[in-house]
Amino acid sequence: MTTILTPALTAHWDEPDSFTLAAYRRDGGYRALPKALAMEPDEVIQTLKDSVLRGRGGAGFPTGVKWGFIPQGDGKPHYLVVNADESEPGACKDTPTLLARPQALIEGMVITAYAIRAHLAFIYVRGEVLHVIRRLHHAVAEAREAGFLGRDILRSGFDLEVVVHAGAGAYICGEETALLDSLEGFRGQPRLKPPFPATSGLYACPTVINNVESIATVPWILLHGAGDFASLGTRKSTGFGIFSLSGHVATPGQYEAPLGTTLRALLDLSGGMRAGRRLKFWTPGGSSTPLFTDEHLDVPLDYESVAAAGSMLGTRSLQLFDETTCVVRVVLRWIEFYRHESCGKCTPCREGSYWVVQLMEQLERGEGTEADLDKLLDICANITGRAFCALGDSIEAPVRSSITFFRDEYLDHQRNGGCPFDPAASTLFAMESAR
Amino acid sequence: MASLDELRSALGADAAEIIGRYPKSRSALLPLLHLAQAGQGYVSEAGIAFCAELLGLAEAEVTAVASFYSMFKRRPVGEYHVGVCTNSLCAVMGGDAIFAGLQEHLGVGNDETTPDGRVSLEHVECNAACDYAPVVMVNWEFFDNMTPQSARDLVDGLRTGAKVAPTRGAPRLCTWRQASRILAGFPDDQATGGHTAGAPSLAGLRIAREQGWRPESEVR
Repeated sequence: MTTILTPALTAHWDEPDSFTLAAYRRDGGYRALPKALAMEPDEVIQTLKDSVLRGRGGAGFPTGVKWGFIPQGDGKPHYLVVNADESEPGACKDTPTLLARPQALIEGMVITAYAIRAHLAFIYVRGEVLHVIRRLHHAVAEAREAGFLGRDILRSGFDLEVVVHAGAGAYICGEETALLDSLEGFRGQPRLKPPFPATSGLYACPTVINNVESIATVPWILLHGAGDFASLGTRKSTGFGIFSLSGHVATPGQYEAPLGTTLRALLDLSGGMRAGRRLKFWTPGGSSTPLFTDEHLDVPLDYESVAAAGSMLGTRSLQLFDETTCVVRVVLRWIEFYRHESCGKCTPCREGSYWVVQLMEQLERGEGTEADLDKLLDICANITGRAFCALGDSIEAPVRSSITFFRDEYLDHQRNGGCPFDPAASTLFAMESAR
Repeated sequence: MASLDELRSALGADAAEIIGRYPKSRSALLPLLHLAQAGQGYVSEAGIAFCAELLGLAEAEVTAVASFYSMFKRRPVGEYHVGVCTNSLCAVMGGDAIFAGLQEHLGVGNDETTPDGRVSLEHVECNAACDYAPVVMVNWEFFDNMTPQSARDLVDGLRTGAKVAPTRGAPRLCTWRQASRILAGFPDDQATGGHTAGAPSLAGLRIAREQGWRPESEVR
């Protein structure tokens, strides 16, 4: 059988002490760091460029290129900020990574900071994950004690301090410039770009902001070589990544595979949908990515193929819903989320999300008409591209795709005088009590 | 309620340590608000004044920040703050039923606290544990794969003072104020205890192990 899964970051999560420095070193950790420190910083950047690692936080921007944008010899402090504000509905990969293997992130951070010439780095972690935050503090303390952080790391002359900074509950802070405002002690609202963080980021200094998984992948690339990494996955979407399966599947969880795998392959491997049910719709990359249906089981899950099929790979957050699920309910709840999380800075997102919720509620109650569907699409079209940041653009994705695939289901609510679905049938415990 | 003077003497040294972590003091505002919440259970007027004084900000500036973030509470919450995820996937998987059941069982609405002050209830957004849906958080620790019944048992345990441990997290549950102190950057001694990965976190790894699959063997 062809290899479908390639555990690298996840390879040792089943060891009870996998979060410790001792376990990480036992499994070969911190062997990439001396290799990197023996290279010129620019060579490290070139290695990342050669690997074609694309940012694992959703946007897919090439990590090495991002590092290369940092001006050198500018006399300003440089900063590395790790975006650990995992909050996209469906995304649940960074949280288990940090719980089980925080040292992979720390080693990646030292290598990254060395490459971009930063001496202070921050981990901006969402606040609502208390044990993850304990593990991060513990990992920083252990790494520092062992000389992997602090002054003159491994006698290379390179210094790095890492600060663990807990957020306080705001999805928008996953947007990199809102994250910077939040880290500077302000309300988390996005900044106008340009200037980009690479030249004017934290404290108006050159800053690299990378996702947890991107940085945690860096040691593997340094150790095995850019060529090995690039030989996995597809030509433009290289390497491996964590795919998160959730919802009405037999075996939800984390599946690390080369980019370009398919949902069909992952489902075949993991036992498919829950017993007796079939796939109705799914998100390839979280709630901000247009829905797919069972027609899309064979779309290769790489950036190009998913985009060509009309959605986005995003954070590889595969949320699967079976035929017991009302699509109107699911989409409405996502839009309520965007309304709640809209930072209020720009009118299209702040007001648009409000009106989309109003219309969707009306439709869910069975009081909407076909004309309301067109109105919904019109409002969405007026948000996308006019909002200040990607949060606003995210509103359209589930609305438009659900109307495209399930227009009749919206109208069934009107014909039925309310939602035609039984919410009890879609719960986890409905199946368990039926057994 | 503690006065500004009392906050100064109780938390002044911790606050100075927080401010010392950052190149610019204002970056300390979020952790300072977590610290104020650790001191009093919520961000009071005195807590706002405390942060403003330390950072040289107007109280209005601090209030503007405190009100932006949903984890900062402007009035007391329970010793155990229960958050039920009702974002789409958890809602469908049972979060809506769990939340409705808890409201009825506790006799409180969203963002309300039981009269004994033990438990407050809130519906929360996606907490990055979709593979463990439906998820309930207590003081930001994970209680995975909940049912209406297991959620009722959980809050009953919290109210009677029974020993309650997260299904995936620290060995023992912190109080709300203790949790806030960790968020301010002063972790307790539980980092090395508790859970590392539940079954869903290991789902792919287990299959790969059985098959002998590794990335190295796939390199072309």
